[in-house]
Amino acid sequence: MGMNKYVAQRITKGFLIHMLLIIFAVTCLFPLFWMLRCALMTNETVFTDKSFIPQVINLGNFARAWTEGNFAVYFFNSLLYTTCVVAGIVLVSSLAAYSFSRLDFPGKNFFFYMFVAAMMIPLPGSFVPLYRLMTVLGLINTRIGYILCMINVGLSMSILLLKTFFDKMPSDLEDAARIDGCGRLGIWWHVALPLARPALAVIVIFNSLNVWNEYILATLLLNDKSLMPLQRGLMVFQGSHSVDYPLLMAGLTIAAIPIVVIYLAMQKHIVKGLSSGAIVG
Amino acid sequence: MNISNLSWPKLQDHLKNFSFVLPAVLIFSIFYIYPFFDIFRLSFHEWNGITPTMKYAGLQNFRELMQDTVWWQSMGHAAYITLIALTFQNVFAFALALACDREIRMKRFYRAVFFIPPVLSEVVVGFIWQWILYAGMQDGQHIGLLNYWLTKTGMPHLVNDWLSDPKTALTCIAVVHSWKGFGWGFIMLLAGLQTIDRQLYEAARVDGASSWKLFTDVTVPMMVPVMLVVVILTVLGSMQVFVLVLSMVGQGLGYHTEVPVTRILSAMTGTNRFGYACAMGVNFGVILIMVSVAFKWLSNRMKQA
Repeated sequence: MGMNKYVAQRITKGFLIHMLLIIFAVTCLFPLFWMLRCALMTNETVFTDKSFIPQVINLGNFARAWTEGNFAVYFFNSLLYTTCVVAGIVLVSSLAAYSFSRLDFPGKNFFFYMFVAAMMIPLPGSFVPLYRLMTVLGLINTRIGYILCMINVGLSMSILLLKTFFDKMPSDLEDAARIDGCGRLGIWWHVALPLARPALAVIVIFNSLNVWNEYILATLLLNDKSLMPLQRGLMVFQGSHSVDYPLLMAGLTIAAIPIVVIYLAMQKHIVKGLSSGAIVG
Repeated sequence: MNISNLSWPKLQDHLKNFSFVLPAVLIFSIFYIYPFFDIFRLSFHEWNGITPTMKYAGLQNFRELMQDTVWWQSMGHAAYITLIALTFQNVFAFALALACDREIRMKRFYRAVFFIPPVLSEVVVGFIWQWILYAGMQDGQHIGLLNYWLTKTGMPHLVNDWLSDPKTALTCIAVVHSWKGFGWGFIMLLAGLQTIDRQLYEAARVDGASSWKLFTDVTVPMMVPVMLVVVILTVLGSMQVFVLVLSMVGQGLGYHTEVPVTRILSAMTGTNRFGYACAMGVNFGVILIMVSVAFKWLSNRMKQA
């Protein structure tokens, strides 16, 4: 009898826990579902039809967003910025982190802690002097200007994470390569980088999310529609009087889907990155 | 180290080693360190962002800032959003992390789903919720999903113009911010829970401790360091929220949804007062540093206790 009561109690508890988790899971997914659903409707039905599955599925909004809405250009720009910035961060930060961890030069600690300190100090409004600097340098409204700024944004975190990784990594293989006559640049490229792949994956995924979703610098530094990434392009809809909602929802879907897919594919690296503490500081 | 004692090969060696960090140091110096000092310099000047010269204004910008009621109001708004994020968002994050920290089916599914809102951009999240909270009507029917459901489920008295009503707009932003953010806390707290040695639980259970006692005497004390990190990150993140505000309500109508960073932005792009915008940034940065130092101090006190 007592055993049965215990089992019943356990089942009820399990049921309640699952209920809580399911409610939250639905809360997380429903707004995305609603976005996708509205992207498949027409301007006539989107205001009145509230059924979950629309009677007529209309894929035309995506085509309209892609061409009329200029989303083909925004999408290409986002892709270009994300690729260039992430590649730049991987190269620059892994070179620096390798030197900080394995090589020696005067002032090494000073430079390393300079990067760490930047992560600790919140600097709201730093976009104001940055805007001024970019104007002075003539880099305003240029792709390269935006890319350089965004490389800088990801540097500190990436250097710290990679240095921590290199510090823990045994150096046997690098020593062997050195004895074989490999120079330090060769060792970095042929030995250290391939071994650091787990840490590089964390850096790639976090910086990709960050660049793809970045809004404020894209707004201040890029004025031409032909240079804007997705987040900036979407904001054109804010505050306009008659918003074409199905078109907006299609645009949001175009901006959201790649990031959700990449996230789902690289999930384990995100969990690892967040638990490793390097992101946390 | 005395440079003159260095032999030439040694110096060459150091130079080569330094060349590895040179690209990072260059980019960092130009795009972080220079603006870092420039923001202080600009905050002492009156400058419209266009003319090549700027006028030295001493402490005038800061003096004006002290009297700027909209600025301090915006600080209050950020504090309100932070308070809701700290309670609402983190309590749920912790409860869900506890629920997932056991042998439970579909654990990986839940974990994957809870982290979807944090990977979305604030622009996307803001627009989706703006559409759900939409207040207009057509053919006698509410367009926005929330108002529509409220009417359908017999609660028409709750129907509201959510994002225009000064009483509800800020709360809506805070709730959406929490919706977007709780996955971060969840993942970090769950990672923290999983580092707790299971033997501690076993030992306490053998001693006859109840589930509640297990929670208060084992789980909570072990989780204090992780919780403090989550709290500090929540505070710094929520105080500086602004893209969500821009995508949900935009800039304009009244001041009831202004937060510090939107104020900085409108001083810069709206009224072309770059010096004043920098003074705001410096003022806000100092406040944030003071808040995080206070939390660090508190956490050290708690560790000693």
